[in-house]
Amino acid sequence: MTIEVKNIVKKFGAFTALDNVDLKVGKGELLALLGPSGSGKTTLLRIIAGLDWPDAGEVRIDGEDALGHGASERHVGFVFQHYALFRHMTVFENVAFGLRVQPRAIRKDEATIRARVKELLDLVQLDWLANRYPSQLSGGQRQRIALARALAIEPRILLLDEPFGALDAKVRKELRQWLRSLHSEIHVTSIFVTHDQEEALEVANRVVVMDKGRIEQIGTPGDVYDNPATAFVHGFIGESIVLPVEVTGGSVRLGGRPLNIAAGGAASGASKLFVRRHDMQIGPAGTGSLEGAVRHVRSFGPIQRAEIALSGGEGKTVIEIDAPRDRELQAGEIIGLQPRRYRIFAAQD
Amino acid sequence: MSTQSSFVTPATPLRAYASTADLAISPPSHREASDRARVVASPKDLRTEPAPVRFVIIALAVSFLTVFVVLPLVVVFASAFSKGISAYFAALAEPEALSAIRLTLLVAAISVTLNLVFGVVAAWAIAKFEFRGKTFLITLIDLPFSVSPVISGLVFVLLFGAQGYWGTWLQANNIHILFAVPGIALATIFVTFPFVARSLIPLMQEQGTQEEEAAISLGASGLQTFFRVTLPNIKWGLLYGVLLCNARAMGEFGAVSVVSGHIRGETNTMPLLVEILYNEYQFVASFAIASLLAMLALITLVVKTVLEQRLDEGQTPRDDPSDH
Repeated sequence: MTIEVKNIVKKFGAFTALDNVDLKVGKGELLALLGPSGSGKTTLLRIIAGLDWPDAGEVRIDGEDALGHGASERHVGFVFQHYALFRHMTVFENVAFGLRVQPRAIRKDEATIRARVKELLDLVQLDWLANRYPSQLSGGQRQRIALARALAIEPRILLLDEPFGALDAKVRKELRQWLRSLHSEIHVTSIFVTHDQEEALEVANRVVVMDKGRIEQIGTPGDVYDNPATAFVHGFIGESIVLPVEVTGGSVRLGGRPLNIAAGGAASGASKLFVRRHDMQIGPAGTGSLEGAVRHVRSFGPIQRAEIALSGGEGKTVIEIDAPRDRELQAGEIIGLQPRRYRIFAAQD
Repeated sequence: MSTQSSFVTPATPLRAYASTADLAISPPSHREASDRARVVASPKDLRTEPAPVRFVIIALAVSFLTVFVVLPLVVVFASAFSKGISAYFAALAEPEALSAIRLTLLVAAISVTLNLVFGVVAAWAIAKFEFRGKTFLITLIDLPFSVSPVISGLVFVLLFGAQGYWGTWLQANNIHILFAVPGIALATIFVTFPFVARSLIPLMQEQGTQEEEAAISLGASGLQTFFRVTLPNIKWGLLYGVLLCNARAMGEFGAVSVVSGHIRGETNTMPLLVEILYNEYQFVASFAIASLLAMLALITLVVKTVLEQRLDEGQTPRDDPSDH
């Protein structure tokens, strides 16, 4: 099923939660809405589900106008951040809920409901918990039950609000992989909201980066990481070194000193140079456009992370770089630095 | 959760209290001495009061309770049975007594039912929606608690009495509110309004709206959501509120006294009849009715304790601290 969102505007008093948002989600996609808190991602999800109403705009699910229907008629599976399991019902009854509240005319008989619940509990590998109450489950188990409950109504689309937000790091990792494999199994069009870039890049087919109620970029995980469209995306996804530079004509200057890099079509004026930590090439002093003293080195795994105080410029600019361990850096050493890949965006403020 | 933790460590606040009192009362020179005494005492003694102090405090509390609560209760039953069991039951079988019991049950049934509905609606509105004037509404719900019951009764006299705002219109249309069941029910509803709403608001605020949203997204209608999700979640709190509401409705004296008119065999509730019989020196009859009210109080206490336990249980089995 496809989802189409057109020119959605949503205000809470003076605060604009969504500012003219357009989004198309294709059949069978697993899409991530990624952004910091307050970026409007959860509001967008709730509007698609029918739990919130936009001030203006359109929502179409499979081409059909969804705003004409309430949440109970949209046939959308929604998984809440804090699970929202019915605390007075057993796991079995939680999953069965959506089937039991169906209008009498289309309601299945008890045996069919039981079989369907059993099937769903098998799908989330928790059939042995059927008679427990939500309070007796761990966070990860609750989340999987919440998912099974949402899937019970055979939803046209599946929406997940920070599905792993309340879980500890290890369980998160496991559930991420599990969600991805579940999606490839059942292939229902899904959107999940997250503020965790790693989660978005690892799980989703496509990532929508949001900030301040606007969509900053839509692309594959590779796209948004390698070709960030805006300064915000570059800063939000992946660790970046940000240096204030001045672009004049085709040349780029840092604190008055010219850097040996191309402006790459950036407009003249105050700008920001974004370089990934691992995209700084290191060499002996005197090579490269930048020079600095190594202040501190920590080595782990395949990389060494070094804190470098840049020489020249205004006062002390300290950056952190990730270098491969083929050349061990020493504290106190003076090294040359050259950005291998970089982006220049106009400074906004 | 919070109620439990405050019970776990009663010694700590007590201790803090005692030591600040120490400091306030004793002149500077004595402070050093008391400090030294504390250093000498073993760590265990620091956490709890010395045995004599504990004994005095407990003895004080128990004797206070005995004089002001237990003794009166004993007197009620002793006086009721002073002329024997048959006199007791004969007093209860009097037509006036029966009529008072019937009226009290009727008024309680009406006011508890209506306040159940009003209370749930008000608590729902306050706990689940954001709107302007919410704080004002909460204050308004508490109003009956802060107004003297006699004033509550007088309000209805001013509204519905012969000289009241709507008095002439009511008389013209032959509608009897004052000195009749509707007036007594109205006064009782007013006085007992806060109980249900008050016991539900914190509970519903804590539970939030997510379960309801989940139910709706699963295709449940508004009514299905209410009866299958909301109501089961608040049932113990609701019963608790109803219980207190009922106890007050049956025992209310002041407000009802103003609007009842004391028509014998017609508009006297049990508390009113107790007073009338007492003033007529019919002590056995008076205390017999009083004993019924006292029993109601005792039953209410027991049920209340049970419900409080259920309420605590309903909230404690949450092992995941992030799950709020």
